[in-house]
Amino acid sequence: MQQSPVLELQKPIVEIRNVSFGYEAARPVLRDIDLAIERGAVVGIMGQSGCGKTTLLRIIMGALAPTRGEARVLGRATGELDRDALYAMRRKMGMLFQFGALFTDMSVYENVAFPMREHGGLPEELIHDLVMLKLQAVGLRGAAHLTPTELSGGMARRVALARSIALDPQLILYDEPFTGLDPISFGVIVRLIRELNDSLGATSVIVTHDVQEALGVVDYVYFMAAGRVIAKGTPEEIRASPEPFVNQFVNGKPDGPVPFHYPAPEYGADLELAGA
Amino acid sequence: MSRLASVRGQIERLGSGLSSQVWRVGFASRFLAYMLLHSGTALRRFHLTIAEIYFAGVLSLVIILVSGLFVGMVLGLQGYETLQRFGASESLGVLVALSLVRELGPVVAGLLFASRAGSAITAEIGLMKATEQLSAMEMMAVDPVARVVAPRFWGGVLSMPLLAALFSAMGVFGGYLVGVQLIGVDAGAFWSQMQAAVDLRNDILNGVYKSIVFGIAVTWIAVFEGYDAVPTAEGVSRATTRTVVTSSLAILALDFVLTALMFTGGNGQ
Repeated sequence: MQQSPVLELQKPIVEIRNVSFGYEAARPVLRDIDLAIERGAVVGIMGQSGCGKTTLLRIIMGALAPTRGEARVLGRATGELDRDALYAMRRKMGMLFQFGALFTDMSVYENVAFPMREHGGLPEELIHDLVMLKLQAVGLRGAAHLTPTELSGGMARRVALARSIALDPQLILYDEPFTGLDPISFGVIVRLIRELNDSLGATSVIVTHDVQEALGVVDYVYFMAAGRVIAKGTPEEIRASPEPFVNQFVNGKPDGPVPFHYPAPEYGADLELAGA
Repeated sequence: MSRLASVRGQIERLGSGLSSQVWRVGFASRFLAYMLLHSGTALRRFHLTIAEIYFAGVLSLVIILVSGLFVGMVLGLQGYETLQRFGASESLGVLVALSLVRELGPVVAGLLFASRAGSAITAEIGLMKATEQLSAMEMMAVDPVARVVAPRFWGGVLSMPLLAALFSAMGVFGGYLVGVQLIGVDAGAFWSQMQAAVDLRNDILNGVYKSIVFGIAVTWIAVFEGYDAVPTAEGVSRATTRTVVTSSLAILALDFVLTALMFTGGNGQ
């Protein structure tokens, strides 16, 4: 049954209910995930590398279907969509990839114009104005003529951000947006995430392991470990979390629930000392 | 017993290797069918395909023309050497033209096309995959098969027959340079015998059909290997190598099959 648009707007933009996922049945990557992302918020999904957060992002973007449970994004269950319906949903989403994923055979201008040309059927003058608007928003209007190979890492990330907001998305997804950035570029990206979210009236989901950096920008955090959500709350609540793993992660302690040493046989036995 | 186990292990490996190859062929066929079904964008927005014709075709021109010239010149030298023993050196034009339009044109141009354009197509698509450009396109609700793969496929398929024709034309010119200008075979005999003996349907069109088939095979292998590449530097390099090896073998095998079908039995040959 079709919900009325007004009721739909009051619901969370992303609802993950009891979702499990595994590439093989014996090795689940995600287990019983429950989360709801409210409209207008900047939400962080954080955790160690390999904890399943990128898999969760792939489920939200509809690239993977949950093995069990339901993922509703923008009011639609992603697992049930055919190609056309999935593409229709993605037109309302923007995604910033870890290293930008700019098209290397196109200029900065062409990159930002790409989604508009593919979908809009807009006249070229209008596309020009829109591209300039988007590039101005990320501070790179002057770099429109450059090619991606001429950009620094931070600039490439900003151009990719301009491209991902080209169609004024309702939901913006960020995959590790802070990786490999210098402090200035980092500050710029943090500011842009917040500004663009608020000015577009969008919702943002940031998947990252850069916890300290991300805690400064998000409104709410889901903390993941070993395929489960182990903590959730506002940044203050996460910082004060009594959960030992969260505490170790947030404070960057070298030893704790995640041991410093990879499991190994007795040290002495390896060095052929004890009883040898 | 251990010998029995090792033989069994070998048979199992052979079986699993074969079945994975069959899977791969099936996957490549489904990929081709999907690409053909989603070729609308490449054909509607034909400038996308024209850009690929430039990359696959125009940029391959130098290597094709130079190779064609030399192959024709060698044919002129070798052909004259043999023909003059039988007092048939005036037939040099026929020998050069038939060798080129029937066999060497499509086959050698196909091999050169596989190594020049096929490898470039695989590397480009593979790198786009490795740098998440294809995923980014998917996230923008743009089908990468329709937008990236299909134009490259059609660009290659349309370029190949033209390149083979230019290779043959250049080869005939090379044969003329050596046979007529250098050695001194009579120019009238060279051209008129060629004109009389080369048949449009049996020789030229059959050569064109071959080049079309080779073009489809090479470009299909190239785009599939690129799209299916493991998205790492090593994966892309392996995929590029596989493109050149597989498409070269495919050209030679297909050439045998096509020649057997075209030039034997009741074809007046």
